[in-house]
Amino acid sequence: MEPILQVQNLNYIYSQGTPFEHQALMDVSFSVRRGEFLGIIGHTGSGKSTLMQQLNGLLKPTSGKILLDGKDIWSDKKLTRQARFRVGLVFQYPEYQLFEETVYRDIAFGPRNMGLKEDEIDRRVRDAARAVGLTDAQLQVSPFDLSGGQKRRVAIAGVIAMEPEVLILDEPTAGLDPAGRAEILGYIEHYRKTHNAAILMVSHSMDDVARLTERLLVMNGSKLAMDGTPAEVFARSDELLEMGLNIPEVTRVFLDLKKMGLDVEPVYTIGQAVEALKKLKGGAAVC
Amino acid sequence: MSEIISVEHLAYSYPGVDDTPGVAVFEDMNLKVEEGSFVAVLGGNGCGKSTLAKHFNSILLPCGGRVMVCGMDTADEERLIAVRRNVGMVFQNPDNQIVANVVEEDVAFGPENLGISSAEIRRRVDNALRQVGMNEFAQHAPHLLSGGQKQRIAIAGIIAMEPKCIVLDEPTAMLDPRGRREVIDTVMKLNREKGITVVLITHHMDEAAKAQRVVVLHEGKVAADGTPKEVFSQVELLHSLGLAAPETVELCWELNKQGFSLPLDRLGEEECARLLYDAVKTQCPGGN
Repeated sequence: MEPILQVQNLNYIYSQGTPFEHQALMDVSFSVRRGEFLGIIGHTGSGKSTLMQQLNGLLKPTSGKILLDGKDIWSDKKLTRQARFRVGLVFQYPEYQLFEETVYRDIAFGPRNMGLKEDEIDRRVRDAARAVGLTDAQLQVSPFDLSGGQKRRVAIAGVIAMEPEVLILDEPTAGLDPAGRAEILGYIEHYRKTHNAAILMVSHSMDDVARLTERLLVMNGSKLAMDGTPAEVFARSDELLEMGLNIPEVTRVFLDLKKMGLDVEPVYTIGQAVEALKKLKGGAAVC
Repeated sequence: MSEIISVEHLAYSYPGVDDTPGVAVFEDMNLKVEEGSFVAVLGGNGCGKSTLAKHFNSILLPCGGRVMVCGMDTADEERLIAVRRNVGMVFQNPDNQIVANVVEEDVAFGPENLGISSAEIRRRVDNALRQVGMNEFAQHAPHLLSGGQKQRIAIAGIIAMEPKCIVLDEPTAMLDPRGRREVIDTVMKLNREKGITVVLITHHMDEAAKAQRVVVLHEGKVAADGTPKEVFSQVELLHSLGLAAPETVELCWELNKQGFSLPLDRLGEEECARLLYDAVKTQCPGGN
């Protein structure tokens, strides 16, 4: 199956030709399948945010291509505009971008810009609100009367209402407590499943990306440093630490166990760790 | 040891807009912080953590009860400046806390307002930047620094006031793993070496695990209070409050559901690994 998104030899230079010139992306290439859940990790300034803004046409590549469904999004004005709807972008702390009088109108802003009919807009607003756990009653209140966690959900619903085939989120759980984090991540996973959408999630939480994603992209120094399953990426723990990143806590515990002489495979989630230890204990009981 | 902060029967409600009733956060909140201690405050979003912190240096004043800082009532207007000199605050977003175009000028902003000599300001700024490991950046522009570096500049600005206590409200929420380590290491060093009292509000359990004491707030009340080992071993309670224990404890707790019987107080990775090693090995004496 053709990938939904292809990034080919992407380069981007900020303020080219000025003393502030800075190459934020260097020869980045990868592709994304429909329905795939991708994590993007990298230190501050590694190029993650620049990359995200390239994927829905907010920034134009200095060189290289972004193909959406096989077509270059910059080859035609119509395609560029479409890319902004088909690839949804949720920025960090999106709750600061709410502006409408009611939650309903805020969520409706995207679909309305798409030029949809009023009844289709209504359906999408209600679907998107439900998808992030907002009630019908909440649709009529001012978004500024909601709590921080609720505002964040309104902001995400506003992007989901455009029903993007690719949903990109920049640290959607920053500043939330563990229960709030689990809730938001659950909504994102649900959207992926119900819409067969590709998800690209930028996160500083190694535990979250280890648990949720099937594949990780690691950005470092404007380059794509790694592209693989969490198992492949976290196996290179020394390199990750050098990049200022981290590995999940359970992974570190298992590295210690291995050093102590226990025959264990690396793990990345608590679930995997429990299974591995159960097996070890079971095996030991019969020896 | 004496208390640097004492919250006594604190009541606070945010005022309502127009005719709507206000939102009550605290009705009868009590908490004492000992001088020189490192206390982490945990709690779900909306539990009152930040509201409490803002009472520590008179940004908010009690509706009932009182908050004492170094023996001074925070509601006493004449003591306002003295209270704020003793308790400095660092917030979540570094970009909202930096006022000058050059790092050392930013750090000097606080002491300049104290009316002290310029030689003394110079000494304090240099000293503060050294303590957060940012002296090499004294002449840099703050907006070109990383998030972790900016937060350390914000901390330096507080240290230059020479406070007895620093209150940090989710200082690492916007930082990458390296930035988080930089900030937490800096705070721990100030506590250990300079005896500065630290109150750290955080959603990161691994950060809280490094404190001497963990206080869990829920709906305006203290739901748990003790050493990290005492608090984090109450996994069910934490879950019921929408919180979690560090991954090491969560792992042991999950294993116990599967027939292991492990203590839940091994917070560090190494001690957790040792515990697991023993648990697996004792089943098979001399094992492979």
